[in-house]
Amino acid sequence: MQTPIYMDYHATTPLDPRVLEAMLPYFTEKFGNAASRSHSFGWTAEEAVTHAREKIAKLIGAQNPKEIVFTSGATESDNLAVKGVAELYKEKGNHIITTVIEHKAVLDTCKRLEKQGYEVTYLPVGTDGLVSPDDVAKAIRKETVLVSVMLANNEVGTIQPIAEIGKITRAKGVLFHSDAVQGIGKTPFDVDAMNVDLASITAHKMYGPKGIGALYVRRSKPRVRLAAQLDGGGHEFGMRSGTLNVPGIVGFGKAAEIMLNEGKAESERILALREKLRKRLMTELDEVKVNGSLEHRLPGNLNVSFAFVEGEAMIMAIKDVAVSSGSACTSASLEPSYVLHAMGVGDDLAHSSIRFGLGRFTTEEEVDFVADLVIAKVNKLRDMSPLYEMHKEGIDLASVQWAAH
Amino acid sequence: MAYSDKVIEHYENPRNVGTLDKNDEHVGTGLVGAPACGDVMRLQIKVSDEGVIEDAKFKTFGCGSAIASSSLATEWLKGKSIDEAEQIKNSMIAEELHLPPVKIHCSVLAEDAIKSAIADFRSKQAAKKALSAQPSSEAQGQQTSAQTTSAHAE
Repeated sequence: MQTPIYMDYHATTPLDPRVLEAMLPYFTEKFGNAASRSHSFGWTAEEAVTHAREKIAKLIGAQNPKEIVFTSGATESDNLAVKGVAELYKEKGNHIITTVIEHKAVLDTCKRLEKQGYEVTYLPVGTDGLVSPDDVAKAIRKETVLVSVMLANNEVGTIQPIAEIGKITRAKGVLFHSDAVQGIGKTPFDVDAMNVDLASITAHKMYGPKGIGALYVRRSKPRVRLAAQLDGGGHEFGMRSGTLNVPGIVGFGKAAEIMLNEGKAESERILALREKLRKRLMTELDEVKVNGSLEHRLPGNLNVSFAFVEGEAMIMAIKDVAVSSGSACTSASLEPSYVLHAMGVGDDLAHSSIRFGLGRFTTEEEVDFVADLVIAKVNKLRDMSPLYEMHKEGIDLASVQWAAH
Repeated sequence: MAYSDKVIEHYENPRNVGTLDKNDEHVGTGLVGAPACGDVMRLQIKVSDEGVIEDAKFKTFGCGSAIASSSLATEWLKGKSIDEAEQIKNSMIAEELHLPPVKIHCSVLAEDAIKSAIADFRSKQAAKKALSAQPSSEAQGQQTSAQTTSAHAE
C-alpha cells in the first residue's frame, strides 16, 4: 500500500488508465480539428467526437447525442445553463429558483443575475441536507423561468429528489437544470425519466480528464434555447463556440462508457467500503456525527464531525491521507462551510468536519489503514482538547459564556 | 497550507499538554476563544511564592497553528516571572513560528491566553489578600474571584 492515500474523490478523480489509452492517439497522429470539413484529419476527429457524444448521452439517458454540448467543465456548464436560460427567457420572466447548498458555480452565477435585475429564490435544506420538492412547488410563480437543483452535493454527498422535482417543473412548464457533476455514474440519473431539461457534467469526477465538461440541453418536449455565452465560430450547435478539445472529449466518452458498464457494481463495492469506514469510526470513537442523510447519499461520501477536534488539525494529523475539511481554517475565509451551516450544523461541529471521499481505486486495505489512523489521531487530539475534557466533566459547552473573537 | 517546520514540530510534539488544578491558589487559568470560531485555548500557569512561573500547561482545540502557538507559549512561560510573562507579545510568537498572515490570529489568541491566566492568578491573590485583611467580607471576596474566573474558565 502506498501513502499518501487518496480519499478526496469529490475534488477530482485519477484518470482511469483505459481512458488515457483511448486519448493518446488524439494528441498525436489523430490531431485534426473536428471543425475541419475538408480533409480526413478533421473527419477522424469529428467521428471521435460524435462517438463520445453518443456514449455520454447514453450514460444520462438522453435520446439525442446532439443534446450534449461540450464545455470546459462544470463551472462553464452551470454558467451557460443559468445565464443562457435567464437571458433568453427574459421576456417570459425574471425569476430563478435554486438551493442554498448549490456549488458556487450556480450560486455566484445567480448572485450576478440578481445584480442584473433577476430575482432568485434560494431554497433551504433540512438537517438531512435534502431539498423538499414541496418547497420547489411553492416557490414557482408565473415569472419563474428556471429551477436549478444539484443531483448530489459535493460536501455531504446528499442525493436530491430530482425525479420528484422534475415532475413538478414539467407540470408547471418551468425549465429544470441539475448540476449532476458529483452524482453521474454513482447514483441513477436519467434526464428523460427525471424530466431534467439541462444537466451539467464533467469528466474529471468520473475518472476522465480535467478541462472537459458538457451541458445536456434538451432538444424536444420542450426544446430548450440558450443565449450563448461565448461568441465565435458557432461550434456545438451555436451554443458554445471554441475549437473542441478532441482528446478530452474522447477521454470523456471513454470514461462514460466505463461508467455505463461498471458504475453500478462499482457503487456497491464503494458503498461497502464506506460503510466499513463509517462503522469503525462510529463504534471505536464517541461523539462522531454523520452530516446529512445516510440513506440518500453518494456511496463514496462520508462527511463526519469529530466533536471537540478541529478539522484542520485533524487533516494535519492524518497527513498520510488526502481528505478535505469543512473547517474554515483550511481556507483564507475563516467562515466554516456554508453547506453544513445551511443544514443547521453548529459552527463548532462544522469546524470539526472531515469529508472522506472513496472511489474506484480505494481498497479495503486503505480503509483499514485510514480507520486505524483516524481513531488514533482523534484520541490524541482529544487528549489535547480543553473542550473534550470539559465534556467529560459533564460541562454543557453550550452554557459556557465564550469570549467572542 | 504550507506550515513552517517549527509549527509542524510543535504540532507533532506539543510541549506541556495537560491540566493543572484550577482551584489551586498558585494556579492561574486562562480560557480564551470559542468553539464556534474554531479555536479554544486553555493555558494554565503555576506560580511559586517568589512569583516565578514554575509550571505551565495547555490544552487547545484549534488548528495546527493554534496548537503550536500555545505549546510555544507554555515553553516560554516556564521560569519567567509574572512581569516577564506579561511582556510576551503575539508578534514574537508569530515570528518564532513563521505563521502565515491568515494564522496571526492564533498567536493573538495565545497572547490573550497568557494575559488571561495571569489575570486569573492575580485576582486569586487579591482575593486571598482581601480575605486575610478583612475576614468579615469573606463572602464578597470569593464572589469577585468566582466571577472573574467564570468569564474565562467556565
